[in-house]
Amino acid sequence: MRQVRLPRRLLLGAGLGLAAAPLARRVSAADPLKVGFVYVGPITDNGWTYRHDVGRRDLEAALGDRVQTSYVENVPEGPDCERVLRQLAQSGHGLIFTTSFGFMEATLRVARQFPNVKFEHATGYKRAPNVATYNARFYEGRAVCGTLAGHLSKSGLVGYIGSFPIPEVVMGVNAFTLAMQKIRPDARIKLVWVNSWNDPGKEADAAKALFDQGCDIMCQHTDSAAPMQQAEQRGLMAFGQAADQSAFGPNAQLTAIIDNWGPHYIERAKAVLDGTWASQDTWNGLAHGEVEMAPYGPRVTPEAAAAADAVKQGIIDGTLHPFTGPIVDQKGVEQIAAGAVATDEQMAQMNWWVPGVEGQLG
Amino acid sequence: MSTTILVASLLTIIGAATPLLLAALGELVAERSGVLNLGVEGMMLAGAVTGFAATMLTGSGTVGVIAAAVAGMAMALLFGVLTLSLLSNQVATGLALTIFGVGLSALVGSGFVGSPVAPLPKLALPGLSQLPIVGPVLFGQDFLVYLSWAMTAAVAWFLTRTRPGMILRAVGESHEAAHAIGYPVIRIRYLAVLFGGLMAGLAGAFLSLSYTPMWVEDMSAGRGWIALALVVFAAWRPWRALIGAYLFGGVTIIQLHAQTSGIINVPAQVMSMLPYLATIAVLVAISAGPWRGRLNAPACLGVPFRPAT
Amino acid sequence: MLRVEPRREASPALTWATPVLAVVLTIVTGFFLFLLLGVDPLAALYAMFVSPLASVYGLSELCLKATPLILCATGLAIGFRAGVWNIGAEGQLILGAIFGGGIGLFWSPALGPLALPVMCLFGVLGGMLWAAIPAFLKTRLGVNEILTSLMLTYVAVLVLSTLVYGPWKDPQGYGFPQTQFFTDISPWTEIPLLLPETRLHWGFALTLLIVAGAWLFVTRSLVGFQVRVIGLAPDAAAFAGFSRTRIIWLTMLLSGGLAGLAGLLEVAGPIGQIVPTISPGYGFTAIIVAFLGRLHPLGLVAAGFLMALSFIGGENAQVEASLPQATTGVFQGLLLFWVLACDFLARYRIRLAQPAVGRAVP
Repeated sequence: MRQVRLPRRLLLGAGLGLAAAPLARRVSAADPLKVGFVYVGPITDNGWTYRHDVGRRDLEAALGDRVQTSYVENVPEGPDCERVLRQLAQSGHGLIFTTSFGFMEATLRVARQFPNVKFEHATGYKRAPNVATYNARFYEGRAVCGTLAGHLSKSGLVGYIGSFPIPEVVMGVNAFTLAMQKIRPDARIKLVWVNSWNDPGKEADAAKALFDQGCDIMCQHTDSAAPMQQAEQRGLMAFGQAADQSAFGPNAQLTAIIDNWGPHYIERAKAVLDGTWASQDTWNGLAHGEVEMAPYGPRVTPEAAAAADAVKQGIIDGTLHPFTGPIVDQKGVEQIAAGAVATDEQMAQMNWWVPGVEGQLG
Repeated sequence: MSTTILVASLLTIIGAATPLLLAALGELVAERSGVLNLGVEGMMLAGAVTGFAATMLTGSGTVGVIAAAVAGMAMALLFGVLTLSLLSNQVATGLALTIFGVGLSALVGSGFVGSPVAPLPKLALPGLSQLPIVGPVLFGQDFLVYLSWAMTAAVAWFLTRTRPGMILRAVGESHEAAHAIGYPVIRIRYLAVLFGGLMAGLAGAFLSLSYTPMWVEDMSAGRGWIALALVVFAAWRPWRALIGAYLFGGVTIIQLHAQTSGIINVPAQVMSMLPYLATIAVLVAISAGPWRGRLNAPACLGVPFRPAT
Repeated sequence: MLRVEPRREASPALTWATPVLAVVLTIVTGFFLFLLLGVDPLAALYAMFVSPLASVYGLSELCLKATPLILCATGLAIGFRAGVWNIGAEGQLILGAIFGGGIGLFWSPALGPLALPVMCLFGVLGGMLWAAIPAFLKTRLGVNEILTSLMLTYVAVLVLSTLVYGPWKDPQGYGFPQTQFFTDISPWTEIPLLLPETRLHWGFALTLLIVAGAWLFVTRSLVGFQVRVIGLAPDAAAFAGFSRTRIIWLTMLLSGGLAGLAGLLEVAGPIGQIVPTISPGYGFTAIIVAFLGRLHPLGLVAAGFLMALSFIGGENAQVEASLPQATTGVFQGLLLFWVLACDFLARYRIRLAQPAVGRAVP
């Protein structure tokens, strides 16, 4: 149940250090499955990495003695990841989750060297016999947020703090905008890029600038709770990101998109233990509980709550898709035909913006 | 731009500039005494986490601010012992202090993540803060903002108008001569370094108690480095540090506003380069102008001193 | 009464003995630190200092990690000797990766077997170009290079980001920020491996050659002599007619070029493509390496290995001893403090001074 510790190796003496790798590979049935996690940020980031670590702890709680987990945090996206992965694979980990896009190539390379170790890479698109990929349908949550914003925004102007222009972020902005425009066709989204995933100061500055321009709701695709705090201080509204941020905005938070990786981690570890693990792509959302919505905040009116619940239920039932055509992008190109819904392929490569989004759209 | 947006933007700029100014003023004094401390980032983080933790535990922002200053000074003392008493290399020691500070603050702060504190109260000056535009901007700030302005004036006055200030500068320009005259070079440098730590600690407190009242690992996000660069920008003069901090903060905020307009069709990254490029451009413009030749660093900057016995 | 006297020359025996003493003191301090934190100190210290060195693969990784540190530090050290404060090696490294990598992306098929040498050349040129800006501003307008080189580092990060999130993005890459692999474009872009089954490539050997060359340059050449004189006695140098402008240009271009080469070796070597994060701060860490090595080529090689070990050891300690990542930073800081403090013993002699008898108290 505890994180890995190897004091016994020390008692064997430093001279035997070399033997550690072969020793560790000998896994008997009674041994717990060692599950390793590689994080891009600190587990205290209160966002992306924190939620992965909550998933890790859920895994420990659910499977008890059958698993043993360890993690490496703040691993830079670059050549260092490969060494960390090798280290984990060599020290007897049977299942390794790499939780940032930038770890994709390193994951594949190390997986080739350790065919018996199972790897799961979050947010990537390259798979191998022992490398699976997984992600969550966060855009579903964005659609719920957009619905709330449509009902609750007075100015019809929403601020959106972006990290980097990747499809994941574009998808979120578009899903939010489309959902909001269903309620308020005149809704506009002001998008500001901060070129960082976690810089509270910059995010606060961006939030202030957006509120100053007349936005009354803040949405973000960055990790810190600074924008939420700004909303609270100004008596305006915001959506939490990755984790419930109501502690930072008890009045301001309308809801939050909560990343819930626990179910996936439990399922996949069980699969390894049962011998049924196979490489696959998992992209679950609200229906599987991988994306959760935090309880609605005090500013959410019953009418808005009902509309948001309906959208959420529609997505769970499969009767509603956030990207249902006709969708025409800002350049006037029809991206999704009338009556059609966006395919996973189309969403995973989304690089166009729906009308109503304003900013440096490249 | 309407008055409300103008006022709001000015307030935002003050928020962005204050931590830079506080830290830069402290470093400026240390450098004027001849000590180059590249550990500003580490001292800032130590201040930020300590200030936050103390506020959280005692419920008092005042205690938090004092604790942050003490933490910054403790870090500076460590730096002082190594560089001034043990004569270690200042550049390497400063960088080591940053690595140490980043790690230590993360370690200490791990228990304080995920909960906010009440921001430092705004001390509105009665009457004055009701004035249009200048009221909220100049007279509706919290203590640390007023302090950053007051300290700019105080440091400028101290360095140019007081005897101890002149002695401090003498130590930075020629420690041999200062020592020969009988000034305690090492003691003066210790005091200057401690002042640097105090101000960096306060800059950290501003981050974790006012700017974004929360603790996040590595939350200074490179602001200590910008503060170091601003000391150079300022040519070691306090008022120019103020100008530099507000220039950098101002361009940072203006580019955010410009982004939302979407008028300038360049990638967002190019917009984010503007504060750095603007700082270089302004320094170049100043250097080419009448100040040329008066931008020299203190002659003994970074040079260790050991009194010959 | 303790009295401190400078040694006329640093004691050669102590010069080598003090770093060892520093490591011992770090281990002792670390032992208590880990005990205090409730981590098994032996397991942690073993993971940090022994296990990275306990296998050929571990050693190869150490060399790989030390390569960019040593390369950057070699150039910086020469500049620091001349009193030229280039602290923007990080940015120059990034520009080297962009220039050299750009050749790999766009011209390597046309270059055939010359691809790698030309990439290296452009890596050097890219770093030089970025260093030439501070050099130009310094020599022409007297603008302090600390500010310009530091600010240009942030600009370099954003230039890289602009390219990788924009025009240089792999069209098949699902919109993610990464270029194509160089080896997918031309097989001639690959740096041959020095040791099979590892990631250690010939760049490491090249680095050692460059260090040797730098050593000869500083100690044997006239320009090297001028560099030293300008650093130690600027007035004497001016009197002797040495051109400070020339030395500034020379040292800036040299340090920029070597940093650029380090960047190219990272992207063409272990990374294999251009990504948004090329270096976890090698350019800054190299400043410490240069000074820990007392600005001496051999010293900085040793310092480069020590720093590399502390990084890799920190990762290992997370995997093997569940040490939080933050502890690694504290530990690294302690190590550096001890090394810097112990250096004192090599340069000064501490004596129990006899109280002067019969001297009048003034």
